Amino acid sequence: MSKPKPKVRKEVISMSKQGLEERIQNFNEVAFGYAEEQAVAEAERCLQCKKAPCVKACPVEVDIPEFIRLIKERRFDEAIKKVKEKNSLPAICGRVCPQEEQCQADCTMGKIGDPISIGRLERFVADWGRERGYEISQKPAPTGKRVAVVGAGPAGLTVAADLAKLGHEVVVFEALNKPGGVLIYGIPEFRLPKAIVEAEAEYIEKLGVTIKTNAVIGKLYTVKELLESFDAVFVGTGAGLPHFMRIPGENLCGIYSANEFLIRVNLMKAYKFPEYDTPVWVGKKVTVVGGGNSAMDSARSALRLGADEVWVVYRRSRKEMPTRLEEVENAEEEGIKFKFLSNPVRYFGDERGWVKGMECIAMELGEPDESGRRRPIPIKGSEFVIDVDTVIVAIGNTANPLIQQTTKGLEVTRWGTIVIEEETGKTSKEGVYAGGDIVSGVATVISAMGAGKRAAKAIHEYLTKKEKANNTK
Amino acid sequence: MKEGATSLYKIVTKQELVPHINLFEFSAKEIAAKTKPGQFIILRVDEKGERVPLTMTGADAEKGTITVVCHEVGKSTKQLGQLEEGDCILDLLGPLGKPAEIEKFGTVLCIGGGVMVAPLYFQAKAFHEIGNRVIGGIGARTGDQLIFENEMQEACDELYVSTDDGTRGCKGLGFLEELLKERKIDRVVTMGPILMMKMVSELTRSQDIPTIVNLIPLMVDGMGMCGACRVTVGGRTMFACVDGPDFDGHQVDFEELMTRLKMYSPQEKLAFVFYEEDGSSS
Repeated sequence: MSKPKPKVRKEVISMSKQGLEERIQNFNEVAFGYAEEQAVAEAERCLQCKKAPCVKACPVEVDIPEFIRLIKERRFDEAIKKVKEKNSLPAICGRVCPQEEQCQADCTMGKIGDPISIGRLERFVADWGRERGYEISQKPAPTGKRVAVVGAGPAGLTVAADLAKLGHEVVVFEALNKPGGVLIYGIPEFRLPKAIVEAEAEYIEKLGVTIKTNAVIGKLYTVKELLESFDAVFVGTGAGLPHFMRIPGENLCGIYSANEFLIRVNLMKAYKFPEYDTPVWVGKKVTVVGGGNSAMDSARSALRLGADEVWVVYRRSRKEMPTRLEEVENAEEEGIKFKFLSNPVRYFGDERGWVKGMECIAMELGEPDESGRRRPIPIKGSEFVIDVDTVIVAIGNTANPLIQQTTKGLEVTRWGTIVIEEETGKTSKEGVYAGGDIVSGVATVISAMGAGKRAAKAIHEYLTKKEKANNTK
Repeated sequence: MKEGATSLYKIVTKQELVPHINLFEFSAKEIAAKTKPGQFIILRVDEKGERVPLTMTGADAEKGTITVVCHEVGKSTKQLGQLEEGDCILDLLGPLGKPAEIEKFGTVLCIGGGVMVAPLYFQAKAFHEIGNRVIGGIGARTGDQLIFENEMQEACDELYVSTDDGTRGCKGLGFLEELLKERKIDRVVTMGPILMMKMVSELTRSQDIPTIVNLIPLMVDGMGMCGACRVTVGGRTMFACVDGPDFDGHQVDFEELMTRLKMYSPQEKLAFVFYEEDGSSS
C-alpha cells in the first residue's frame, strides 16, 4: 500500500565552531552558521509531519515546517519572509532561544534520531536575508493611532514591529544609548554579535518605528504624560536591577554584579579598552556566583579577558542550574571549573580594600521549593575559604522599579513586577500594557517576544474598538 | 509633547571658568523641562566614549538647555574640554537621581569645594528663592581655581571663601568651625571632594545638624542596573544613582567610598596616557 520511504539521515548536520585555543582569546562568535549546502541537507531531514509539534511549542508560532520546506527547495528569500511573518528578530532567536526545550523538544524526528536543528536553520535563513538586506513590503495605510513603547528589549521591539505592520505610529523609548535591552548589554558578542542586534533594530526602524534612545521614562516623561499624546503605552522595561547577597565584604573592590561586568564588556565594549574608553578589571582568580545564563556569560567573558582560572560557585547541583545545557558544555569545554553545592557567606579584603578571599559554606539539597527545584540547605561547620581577586555576583535581577514608582494606579506584585491579564498583557491601568521580564521576572528572550506578540494583538484590538466607539458617538 | 528620533546634543555655550574647568550649556529641551537641583546627567562624547556622570548646575526650561561644569581630570573630561560651541556630543541622558530636598528649613549652610561649587549654586539659589537664609562657604585648592564666586554671592545672604593654601579667603575649613559655634544652622548641604564632605559631616555631627552630601561615585548606567555606585549608608548598601545622589552625611561610610572611587585609577591613567600620545602624534 504505502510507497517505500526514502531513507532519512538521523544525525543532525553539525555546525562548526571556532577552535578552542583561538576562541578563548577573542570575543568573536563561537559557532559558525550553516553554509547553504549544510542548511539544505538539514532541511531535508524534516519529515514535514502534519502534527507539527514544533509550531505548538514556539512562543511566537513561527510556521516552522513551511520555512524548512522553503529552505529545502532553496527558496531562501521566501523562507525568511515566512519566518518574519511571525518573528521580527530571527537572527537573534536562532542564536539564543532554548530550542531544546521548545520547538525541538517534541520534534517527531527526535523520536528516531536527532531532532531537526530548527535554531540553526532559523539562524541560517535570517543571516542569509540580513546579508542581502531585508526588503520591506508595502507599508500599510496609517491608522492615525499612536503607541508608546517603553524599553527597546525583545518584548518592546516585538510589540513595536507588530503594531507598525498594522499601520500604527510607534515610538520606542529606550533608556540606554542603544536599542536591544539585554540583547545589547547582557549577552556577549561571542554568543550574539552586536552587529546582528543593530541590524534587527534597523529593520524595525525600516518598518516605520521611531526608536528614541537616552530616554528614561519615569524621569523624562511619566506614563501618564505619555498617555496624553499616545493612544496606548506598552511597558517592557525588563528586569535590570541586580541582586546582591548582602553579606559582609560585598562592597570590596573587585566584586561586581554580573550586570555591571556585562554592561562594561558588552554595551561599553570594555574588551577593546583602551581603544574604547570604558575599562573592566579582571584579575587572575575569578569566581562567578550563580548558575544562570548571566553566570555562564560572565565566566566565559572573564576567561577571554585574561583570567588564569575561572570558577563558577553554585549553591545547588548541576541538575538545578537554570542555564541552558549547551552553555554549561561550552563553558566546561573552555576550561571553566564548577564548584556545586557551595554558597559564599563573606568576603575578605586586603589592606587596599580589594577582595582576596571568599568564605563559602557547603550545601545539601532538601525538599523541592516553590520553583520545583530542591532547596539548598547550608551544612553547619562546613565553611571553607578560597582565594579570589575578582568576584562576579550573578544571582539574578529584579524588575526595574521606575515605572511602577511613578505610575499611579498600576498594580504590582510584592516582587515589584507588573500585574497583567496573561492573554492580553493588559495592566490595571486603562491603555497601559506590559510584558517580558517586567511581568515575569527574569525569563527568556523568546518568552518576552511571545508576551510582546500577545500584547500587540490586544493593543490593536483596543485601538480598533476605541476608534469604533468614537465614530458612533 | 513632540519627540523625534534621537538627535545629537549641541553645545550652545562654552565658557572657560578657570584653566581646565569649563561650563557647558547643552541644548536638551526635554531634560531641561524636568530637571531639579541635585539631579545629574550622563553624557558620552562619541561612539567609543565612556558614560560620564555630571551633577547639573542649572536648567532653563524656556530656553531648553541644561548646564554642567566639568573639570578636566581624565581622558573623557579632557576630550569634552576640547569641544567648542556648536559641536555636538553623542549621548545625553537625564535627569537622573532624586532631586534635592528643597524646603524651608530656616538657615541653610551650603559648603562647596572645587568644581562642585557650580552644582551647589543650583541648590543654594533654590533654597534662597523659597525664603531660607543661605550662608555659603566655597573653596578651592588655590585662589585662582575658585569658580562661581559671583553666582554664589547672589544666591547667598553671606558668603565665605576659603582655599587650601590660603591664597584667597581663609585657609582650610577653620571658618566653618566658628560658624557652627556662633550661629544656629538648621541644615548643611555639602558638595565637593569626598574628604571635604567627610570633614564637614564630622564637624556637624556633634551638634546633630542634618547634613546632606551629594555623591557621584563610579557609575556605568546611572539607572540602578549595575551597582558600581554602591555606597554604605547607615550600614545598608545603597545605589547612589537611584537612592541618591543625596545622602545623610552622618551615615555615609566615606572610607569605603574613597577606596571604591580609586578602583579604576590605573586604567584611568592608562587611557589618559594613550589619549595624550594620540593627540601629540596627530
